[in-house]
Formats: sequence, C-alpha cells, structure tokens
Amino acid sequence: MGEFKVHRVRFFDYMPSAIRAMAFNSHTERLALVRADGALEIFNFADHYFQEKVIPGQDGRAVEALCWVGQRLFSAGLNGEITEYDLENLRPRYTVEAYGGPIWTIGSNKQGTLLMVGCEDGTVKMFEILKERIQFQRNLERQKGRIVSLSWHPSGTLIAAGMMDMIRIFNAETGKEMQHDPESREVVVWSVAFLSDYTIISGDSAGKVQIWDGLTGTLVRTHLVTKWDVLCLSVSQDESSLIAGTSEGTVVQFQFISSTVDQQEEEWVRTRTFKNHSHDVRALAHTETAVVSGGMDTQLVVRPLLDKVEKNTQESAMRKIALPHRSLVCCAKKAGLLLFQFPDHLEVWRVGESDGHGEENTHTHTHTHTHTHYAYSALSPCGEWLAYSTVSSVRLYRLQYNNISITKVGCSTLTLLPLFSVSVIVHTALFINTIKCMSELALFFSSSYFQLDKLSIVAIETTVTIYGSVCLQLHCTVPIYSSCPTAIAIHPTTSHLVVVHADQQIFEYSLVQKEYTEWSRKLQKQGLHSLWLERDTPVTHVTFSLKNPAHIILHDMFMFCIIDQSLPLPESKTLLYNQMTLRSLPEQERIRHSHAFKICKNFKHVMCVSLLEDHSLVVVERPLLDMMSQLPAPVRQKKFAT
Amino acid sequence: MVEHGDIRVVHRGGSKINFRKPVITNDSRFLLCASGESVKVFSTSTEECIHDLRGHTDLVTGVLIKPSNHLQAFSCSADGTVRLWDFTDGILIKVRLLPSIVVCPVLSVSVSSQSLFQLVAVHLPQSGDQLVEARELSAVLTGISSNPAATVFGRGGEYIASANGLQLEVYFFKKQKAYRFSLKEDNKKGGKNTFTCVACHPNDDCIATGHEDGKIRLWRNFNHKKEYTYSTLHWHHSAVSSLSFTPEGTNLLSGGIESVLVQWRYNQENQRDFLPRLGAAITHIAVSPDGALYCTSHSDNKITIIQSCVKVSAVIQGLVKGESVGTDLMIDPRSKSLVLNGKPGHLQFYSLQRDKLLYNLDIVQQEYIHESGLQQFEVVKAAFDASGNWLATVEERKQKGAELELNLKLWAFDEQTQSFVLNTTISAPHEAQITGMCFSHATDSQTTMLVSTSKDGHFKAWQLAAQSQTDGKQPSVCPCPSWSCDFVGAYHGLVPECCSFSADGSLLAVSFQEVVTVWSPASWELLTTLSQPPKAIRNLCFGRLSCSKYLLGTTDSNLLCCWNLLTCSLEWSTSMDVSLLLADPLSENMAAFCCQAGCTDLFVFKPSEPRPLFSQKAVCSGMVTRAVFAPREEMLESCEESSQWLNRSQLYFLTQYMDLMTFTTKTEEERLMASSKQLVIDDSVAMTPFYLLLGKHRQQQQGGDDPQSGVSAERTPLPQGSVAIKELLQTPAHVLPSTSFLCSMFVQSLLISVTDSSKHAEEEMESEKEEEDSEEEIESSRTRPEQQAAVGGGEAAESAAPAMTKAQVRELRRVKKLDHSWLAGLLDS
Repeated sequence: MGEFKVHRVRFFDYMPSAIRAMAFNSHTERLALVRADGALEIFNFADHYFQEKVIPGQDGRAVEALCWVGQRLFSAGLNGEITEYDLENLRPRYTVEAYGGPIWTIGSNKQGTLLMVGCEDGTVKMFEILKERIQFQRNLERQKGRIVSLSWHPSGTLIAAGMMDMIRIFNAETGKEMQHDPESREVVVWSVAFLSDYTIISGDSAGKVQIWDGLTGTLVRTHLVTKWDVLCLSVSQDESSLIAGTSEGTVVQFQFISSTVDQQEEEWVRTRTFKNHSHDVRALAHTETAVVSGGMDTQLVVRPLLDKVEKNTQESAMRKIALPHRSLVCCAKKAGLLLFQFPDHLEVWRVGESDGHGEENTHTHTHTHTHTHYAYSALSPCGEWLAYSTVSSVRLYRLQYNNISITKVGCSTLTLLPLFSVSVIVHTALFINTIKCMSELALFFSSSYFQLDKLSIVAIETTVTIYGSVCLQLHCTVPIYSSCPTAIAIHPTTSHLVVVHADQQIFEYSLVQKEYTEWSRKLQKQGLHSLWLERDTPVTHVTFSLKNPAHIILHDMFMFCIIDQSLPLPESKTLLYNQMTLRSLPEQERIRHSHAFKICKNFKHVMCVSLLEDHSLVVVERPLLDMMSQLPAPVRQKKFAT
Repeated sequence: MVEHGDIRVVHRGGSKINFRKPVITNDSRFLLCASGESVKVFSTSTEECIHDLRGHTDLVTGVLIKPSNHLQAFSCSADGTVRLWDFTDGILIKVRLLPSIVVCPVLSVSVSSQSLFQLVAVHLPQSGDQLVEARELSAVLTGISSNPAATVFGRGGEYIASANGLQLEVYFFKKQKAYRFSLKEDNKKGGKNTFTCVACHPNDDCIATGHEDGKIRLWRNFNHKKEYTYSTLHWHHSAVSSLSFTPEGTNLLSGGIESVLVQWRYNQENQRDFLPRLGAAITHIAVSPDGALYCTSHSDNKITIIQSCVKVSAVIQGLVKGESVGTDLMIDPRSKSLVLNGKPGHLQFYSLQRDKLLYNLDIVQQEYIHESGLQQFEVVKAAFDASGNWLATVEERKQKGAELELNLKLWAFDEQTQSFVLNTTISAPHEAQITGMCFSHATDSQTTMLVSTSKDGHFKAWQLAAQSQTDGKQPSVCPCPSWSCDFVGAYHGLVPECCSFSADGSLLAVSFQEVVTVWSPASWELLTTLSQPPKAIRNLCFGRLSCSKYLLGTTDSNLLCCWNLLTCSLEWSTSMDVSLLLADPLSENMAAFCCQAGCTDLFVFKPSEPRPLFSQKAVCSGMVTRAVFAPREEMLESCEESSQWLNRSQLYFLTQYMDLMTFTTKTEEERLMASSKQLVIDDSVAMTPFYLLLGKHRQQQQGGDDPQSGVSAERTPLPQGSVAIKELLQTPAHVLPSTSFLCSMFVQSLLISVTDSSKHAEEEMESEKEEEDSEEEIESSRTRPEQQAAVGGGEAAESAAPAMTKAQVRELRRVKKLDHSWLAGLLDS
C-alpha cells in the first residue's frame, strides 16, 4: 500500500439539517424523507437503504408533511402550498396554494383518489387527485383551532382530525362533523391514527398515547409514555404494532396482543422502547420489518424488529444513516484545492504545506447562490474551473487566485434543460459542455462525469450510459445491473470505467473495447469477500493513483481502500483487514499474504479521500461528535446519579 | 481414631431465615420459612416463632403450601426428602424420599446432580404410609438455574418459566412444548442482561424477569418462536433480586440491593410506589394469598412484614451476619447469649436456645452511612469479664492518609435497665491496632482487670480505678468509678499478639511474636518466658480446672505446644496447623480447629491426655477462625465417651460462608424431636410466651377452683387417659383411616376402663332383665348422696367410696346369684 503523507481535514463543518417528515411506500419500498431545509431524499430500502435521489431544498420552504399516493409524492408545508415532486427530473413538478394558511398535515385515502390537508385556519381541505395535477374539491366543516394531524379510516368514510385539545371525527362524504373526544387540559394532538376496527390512537403533547373507540368516542386506554410530547405515530400495515416517537428521543412500541394464550381478545400493550436518538423524534415509519425514525439529531435510524427478520443477517443489523450517500467534497488534485459543498454555499480551501506538526489550510473563497440550494458541484483538477448545479440550472465559473476573483463563464442558458445531478470535472483547457437530459432517461443519478472532452457518463438508476460529449452521441451502455451505482470514475490513462454499486459490487468496464475488463470478470467469478459485502455504508467516491495505474482508491464512511489490480484477489477464507498483520510479518512473507484489497480503517466518518499529485493523501472527515455538539440542547431529562 | 457415628455437624440456632423465599399462609396469620435444617412458623402479627418443624437432616431448601390443603405445607431438603407438615400443629405428616438432592419446590421439584440442575415432576404416590418413596420422576427441563427464584409456574400452572444465564425457557405442559428466548450477553451501554429472577402474572400470559443490570422485562406472546415481545422497566440500579406479582396481578413488586421495595402498577408501569429504607438488600419478596401482606427477606437475615405496601408491621430478625466478624464469638455470661458484630457499629446479643435476637447494643453511637468505599468506625474487638458485669469494646477507623482512630469503651451492666451502659471511653488507648484483649477471669477478686495488646509494642493493663485515685486527674464530679491505665508492659520492643489470663487470674501470658511471657498481674513482674521458635505464636490458652498448670499455644509453623507452668518447660508438642484453639470454660477440654487441604478438622482434647477425646475430619470446607463454647442450660447425660465433651457446653463455629454450625449428638436430637412433638397448641390462640404465661395462669386458676367442684373431674374418667385415644386425637384427621374402621376401636378403647363392670352388665342384661328396674333405682338413689356430699364439700376420696360400694354390691349380688345357682346345682346333685 505504501506510505502517504496525509492531510487530515476536519474543518469541513457540514451539518445536515433535522428530519421533519417521512413517508414510506411499501409497494416500491422507498422512503421519502424531508429535512428542515426542505431537501427531499428518497431511500431505496430494497437496495441496501441507498439514498437514491436528493432534491435540494429552497430557502423559505419548510415542509411539514409528506404523503405517497401510489408512485406520486406530495408534500405540504407551512407556506400553505401543496407540492408534487417530479421524481424523474428531481424537481418540484408544481405547487398548489391551499388558501388555508400554513398546512400542518397531509393525507390521502386508501384508494388514492383524494388528498386532504389540515390547515391553520381549522379547515380540512379535500383535493381530487387527477392524472396530471390535483384539484380542490371541498372544505370539511371548519373548526376553531388548527388541524394538526389527520388520519383517514381505511374504508374512506371517516376522517379523524387531531386538533388543539380534541380529536374530531368527520364524515368524509358529507363533510359533517360527527363527534369529538374532548381532552382534559391544554394539549396538542400531534398525531392520530385511525385503524380499521374504528379504534383511534392519538399521541399528544401531554406525553400520552391514548386509545379511543372511534364509534362511541370513548377513551379505552391511556399510556403515559413520556413527560414531554408524543410527536408522531406510525402503525404497521397489518395494524398489529404501533410506534410512537417522543421528544425524549425514544420510540415506544405498542403491540396488539392477546393477554392469554388461548384467548381471542386482544389489547394494545406497551412493549419495547428504542432509544436511538438524542433529540426529538419527528418522523416515524413502520415498515414490515423495521422501525424507521428520524428527528432533530439529523440521523435516519433503521431499527429492525428482531421478531420479523432472520437473526444475524444483513437485515437484522441496525443502521444509522448520518452522512449523505454522495460526495460533498471535490478535490482538485493538481492545485491542491478542496471544494466543500454546503446546502447554501460553496467553499474553496487550499491544502496547506505540512511541516509534520500541523498545517495551515487557507480558506480561499466562498460562493453563495441565491435562494436555491446546491445539488452538485465540482472543481477542475487545475482548480481553475468551478461548476455546480441547482434544481434549475448549471453554472460554470472561473476562479483566479492571485487576486481572488470569480467570473461567471457559462450559465444555464447553455442547457436550458434541467440538469440536476451533474457533477462536472473541468479539464484545464476545455470548457465542458453539459449534457442534455434525454426524455426517455428516467432520471440522472449521482454523478455524470466529463472526461477529456470525449465522453460523458450518465448513470440512470441502474443503467450507466456513456455519451460522447462533443456531439452528445451515445457511445455505449454498460450492461444493466440490478443495484444502484453509488460511485463512478473513468481511469485517466486506461479509460476503464469503474462502477461501484450499492450492494458493494465493483465492475470495471473498458470504454475502448466496450466490455468488462479481464480483472472485472475475474472478480465476478471469484466473488467478493464476505466481509466486504457486509459493510453497510456505500462507496461514495472512486479515484485513481496517478503514479500507479493499477491502483483504484475508493472510500466509504468508515474506511478507505486501495485496490491493487496487480495482486491476487482475496480468497474467502483469508483475512480481509490484514494491514496490521502484514506489518508484523517479515518482508518475504508479506508478499505471500498480501491481496488486492488494502483497507485502512484509521479514519472515521470519511467524506472524501483523494490522492494529490504530490502523492499525498487528503482525507476529509466529519466526526459525528462534532455534529452532535452543534445540535441544540435536547429536552432536559433526569439522569440517574446526577 | 474414635468412631463418632452419632455426632453430627448441624445448623442450629442463628441459621439463615433469608435463605429461601418465605411463605405466608392463606389466612395471613403465619409465615413459614426455611431456617437451617428446620422450617420455622412465625406469627405475622407478633413476630414470635410458633413452631419449629424439625425432621430434615440437612438444609431445608424450600417451603410451599399444599395447594389442595392450605393447612399443610411441603418442605424439601438437601437430604433428599420432601416432607408434608401440618404447620398449625407442627406435625410431620409424610415423608417422601427422592433419589437425588432436592433444591427447589415449585409444586414439582428440581433435582440436582453435581452442577447440572434439572427440573423434574414428581408424582406423589397416594399411600397411607408415612414414609413413601417417590419413584416416578419425569424430567421437565434440564439445565435450569440453581436459584429457585429463577423458576416459576405460570397462570394456573399451564406453563413453567425458567431462566438460566441469558436464556428464558417457557414450557407448556399441555402442548409439551418448550420455547427458548435468549438475550445478548452485554449490550453496548454496559448493561448485563443475565437473568436473576422470574415471576409470572397470575391471570395474564406475562412473565416478568429481573436482570443483573437492574432492568425488569415483561415478556408477552411467548408462545411464538419469533413473535415474542417484551417491554423493559428500569428503576433499580443494580441487580433485581426478587420479583413477585400480587395475587390479582394488579401490581408487580421488585426489590434489590437498594433496599427499596418497588411496586409497579401492572400495565401502567410508569406509576410506581416505593417503600424505602428497609435496612438491607432485599433478597426475596413474598405476597400473602389475599394480597394484604407483603413480606421481604433481607440480606441481614431479616424478614420484614409489610401491610399493603405502606407500613412495616413486623420485623423478624435472625442472627445478623455480615461479611466478616471482627469480634470473636462470645458468650454473654449473664444471658448466655451469643455476642458478635451485628448491624454496622453494633454488637448483637443472640439467644441460641430460643433462636432469637435479644437486642442490639450500639457501640459506635454514630449514624452509619450506607455508602460503599466509606471508611467508618467498626467494632473490632470485644470482651466480657467472667461475671458479665463489664464489657470492653474496641472500635477503629482507618481512613486513607489519616491516622488510625481507636476507641476503647468499657460498658457496665446496669441492673435496672438490664443492659450495658457506657462507663468509660478511652480514645487512642494505643498508638496502633489492638491485637488482643482479655479480662481477668478471677471471679472472686475485688478488682477487675483488662489487658489489651497492641501493634505499637506495648500491652496495657486497665483497672477500675477507685474514686480517690481519679481525684488527682479529674475533678470528682462523677461519683462512679472509671477505668484507667494501670500498667504498660513491653518486651524487647517486640509486638505482642495474644494475651490470656489463667483461670484464677494469677497469671497473665502475653505472646511477643515467638516468645510467651508470663506475668504476675499482682506485682507486674515478669515471671518467666517460654518460647518455641521459629514462628510467631498464633493462639494462647490456659488450661482449666485440673489442667490449669498447662499453657497451650499454637504457632505459625504448624506447631501446637503445651507448656507446664510448674516446670516452665515444654510438656509436649505436636505438629498441626491449628487455625483456632479454644478452651471450654466449663471443663478441661480444648478444641483445636486445624486447617488442612481446604477443609477444617476438629480435635477435642485434654491438655493432660495424649489422646484426643474426639476428632472429626472435614467438619466443613474452608478455614474456621471463629468458634465458641456455649454453656448448656441443662447438662446432657451422655455416657458415650466420644460425646461426653458436649455434655456441659456446646461448640458453635462460623464457617467460611458465615454459617453458624454446631455439633449435636443423637440423643440430643431425639430429645428435641420428642419435645417438638409434645407441643400441641390451641388453634385459636397463637402460641406466644405471653399466651403461655396467661395460659398457665389460667390453668392454675382452674386448678385452684377445681378442689371445690372437682368431684366430677374425679368421677368421670377422662378419655384422654387412654393411649389409643391420645393417638387418635393427636394424629391429624387426614392421615387417619376411615371413621368406620376407627369407630369400633375407639369404642373399645372407651370401654377399657370399665371392662369388668360392663361385661357384668351385659351378663346381667342377658340373664336377669327383671332386675333392671331395681338397679336403676339403686343407681339413682346412689347418686343423690354423692351430690349432697359434693355440696357439703366432701373430699374426693369420699366420692370414690360409693363407686366401690356399687361394684361391691354388684359383685355381691353376682356372687350371691352364682352362689345360688351353684349351690342349687350342688343341692340338686
């Protein structure tokens, strides 16, 4: 593996924003998640919980609620608008003003024909879902307080609405209020769930999860769950399990079980408590096998229910997704510059010279785009060109460092078509055109790649297509693989394309011969090491060594790896992480034991690993503890012995 | 070696009452708990021990009320028997033999074989015999925990839940199917998931389990392999030692080292009630069948009875045994009770005969702070003088980086309050730890003397100074005499270890490492030195009575030496590793505990005789460092040579595990058994000393009244007199054969006393019915004078006279008749 001088960069103070809402689509197994800054993320649970799509947010668009209707995704926010997303082109498709003040909640009926929103002014507004858009249908009877939560009975006839101090049940057909369940004191019903047996379950700001009979409006059971608020509820598909998220960061599970073995009568019993968050749990989803939770502490936690999954499999492992599954750092190898992408601004830093004791890194430039947030950004290897894309445009800038100035060179006029997922590497002399999005391509995925003005790559979901960049002609298509590509790169000298997928498979494709390379075939034939496949964070970046063309450098959140193609692949029985043992061996034995995967786990929470031209390594880390310390203070809790 | 088949090592007195979960009877009046080799029945209201159910020959390992008859209880023991008792009368009903060692009673019993424990169901054969061997054993679960709290029956006995290590196993009897649920060993936060105890909800299918890290898990849906579920409750900060549901299942009780009883509302677990400050860690919790009483066992050998979770209504205190005993075991010469460390900073007085804690004497007189790592004053030494008038105690505190704090306190016995009163406190009596302390034994001498030896190289003699002497130092405000130092002795700068007064108080022996110095307390003159190098002296003991010329010592180099004080030479010595040498104050006998290969052997010998009186190998495992000869209340008359040493006093010793053991002979055991059987008690009134007192008084009153109206008592012979009737009335009804079978016997037995007359009556009836009328007349006429006589205050002898006359009359008449016929026959012939 050799020895490297390492620039350990820890000053990229990237801070993801809090999770506000989530919705799980059990048909497509996709989780839509919206953050406090309005950014929407789609996770594919079928494909190793990979963060498939990201739609960057916008200033002043706080999304409160999300709702899937079939394949369509709607959101509503405190700006009073309902938005439908275009998940193919990764942008909002349209927005509809509801005219009811801030919207707190959104829901659809089971049939997928109607959408309802709960507004600040106390109205529940129904929208008809048409093929292309939604249309206002009618208002339900107006209430005094704001409508905080809504739940539709599976039959579609009744709607339960949680408000200040009360729950009201509406008849969805007539729009008449039927009955209400008064609460005793000043509480906000943060969440309601209407079950098919006409049971209403509510979670409120008094910390109670209450079970009501929806037909008679009587309280059946009260479970005091927390001293603080119960913020969200989620019911499993078969209505046998319910989870409630609290301000203490706990998720409490209730199960519908019979008290004795042979008895048929069942009741809701509080069972497990999960404590995976330090702050409010704002969003919950109960999938078939797992509890998915997110909140103020910005992490998405997938906690499998051990009674629903096989033990000791990949499914039974708990996952915490703290960092995005894409590269937010770009490194100009020749110039030694780093580009940090924040949601609302870009920063360029120069890697300093190290004297062995510490180094001085200089901040050179910050760029802010108005209102919209950045989707992707890139820096050319010479550091002269900077390109980025937003939801609506792609822009190219030229940087001059002697007197620090930035000039806009190209702009979105070149590509009027929306380009979202373009990360551009700009070669020294060339101005790189952007590529057109073809209408038949479902969407652009993670990284498009410009290389030596010959080729551009577009990764579309699971298809990787290569275009000639000058004339935008289709060069070739890499054979389709079932899992999403997470990182793509073209070797600068051999023109081999390296693709790493969400299931941790690695492919190398020769762009000249238009077929998989020999090494890739060998790798597929032998199979990857089981420990490699068990890793649960995707590879987010692939780069190459300029000195040794046989070296591929890739990293995920917890390690970086140099694949030496000249060495034999590891057998299934050999030790994968063998750097320490190799070091202890004498020189001759070392060769016998070494294999192609050289893995370094010295760094944690890695955001970028790149090899500079002077053969020094830049590692950008974002320690989770630093992120935690930037969070606001959690609710005060009495801790034992304090 | 002498054969000692009849001397056994037993638990008697001061045994643990917190060993197993106690049981409250259905009427909440009695509490049954296993205590050593017997089952004790306590009254829940008066805390008094009512019965001691004796019969087991080894540790009782469990007690259980018989579900079908709530007046009977099963007990099982490590001797391999299960016994059925009538606990209200204290009668053994049945004995069942099991092939292996029984450990826990849960209706079915678990049997251990070496280290593997198995839960077996025992089919109890129906048979009239008292001793039954149960042969039908069927294993239910294997590899269960040895702790009976970890195995419990579920709702209505439909399933059984057993936890061991990290695994919970639920076995359904109907389906004959077992489900196993295991937890991870440790979670990331450092909690230990090991199961400690299990409880089952009486109505719902819910199992509560306690864990090492203080969590309680409530398991539900456990009839599914995978879809089981549990919720977690957490209040305890360390292991949950006991769990119990109330009979209706509305509350769950838990307890642990915090000594707080926690009451969780079932299904509303965030509502908890606490009963704090119970004194010591809770080891078991039991609930009465009506839910009115809770009772908790504590680690300091105490059972607390709690009324409806708010009020401690009674405390049954056993012998308090801490981690170690700083003071020696001692016998209070007045009360003949055992004295040793009790609660922190206290001395406890424990009556071994009555098996009851008499009282605690607060020595340190400072609040004890329950905090680990805190160094507090501890009582390390105590000594009584021969008459029991004086008690000397030493307390010390060694704090890190601070000087050793020492206090010597002298307590005088106050006749009025019948307790010890502090007389003198001597702070810092020595500069270093006190290694030994003893009073002069002489009972006749006027002055009492105390000698203490210390690591500072001195021994000091303390004397009760007369008032005049104290005048010089302190103003004579206090009229009572106090103690002051009389003499400070040293020997070549060596450190004194042990000290001992001879029986008459004329000699004091102090050991300075390998040298024994003998002093005269009268003149404080060093009389002689005795030494047996190379190692230091461990124990010193003067012989008693006829052997008082001998001084015995043990050394670290495994040597037991006997010096003759008359010749000042070594009489004999033998090589044995004596850990403790003890002299019986009532005889010449000496007891030596020898530690050998992890076991302790006992030798009892007379210093003058070369052969030991008694020896027993492997008395117990580990080293014995504390033992005492306790005088008997009444002498035993044992003629066997080997057991004669137990006639006057009894030898008690503490094992490594702080079990108080003693030696017993067969005859003594038989006597005890017999005495326990004799005890028949009126059902309605609990047998308390108060009752006995009152009862006796009442009997006396009755006795006093009787002479006036006692004619009837004399006249009608009570059926109790007959042996058969006695047997019939004393045997419980359920073990008796059918009434019809008994009836004839009973009637016959009734007839015994008047056999002759009744027979004659029959004959008479057959032969001469005509006479009946006249006889009746005679009878009735005869009673009248009797009554008159009674009214007139006639003597008892008088009343017997008419009966005699009646018999005589009859006899006469018969004779007359017989004679007549015979004569007639004769005449005829």
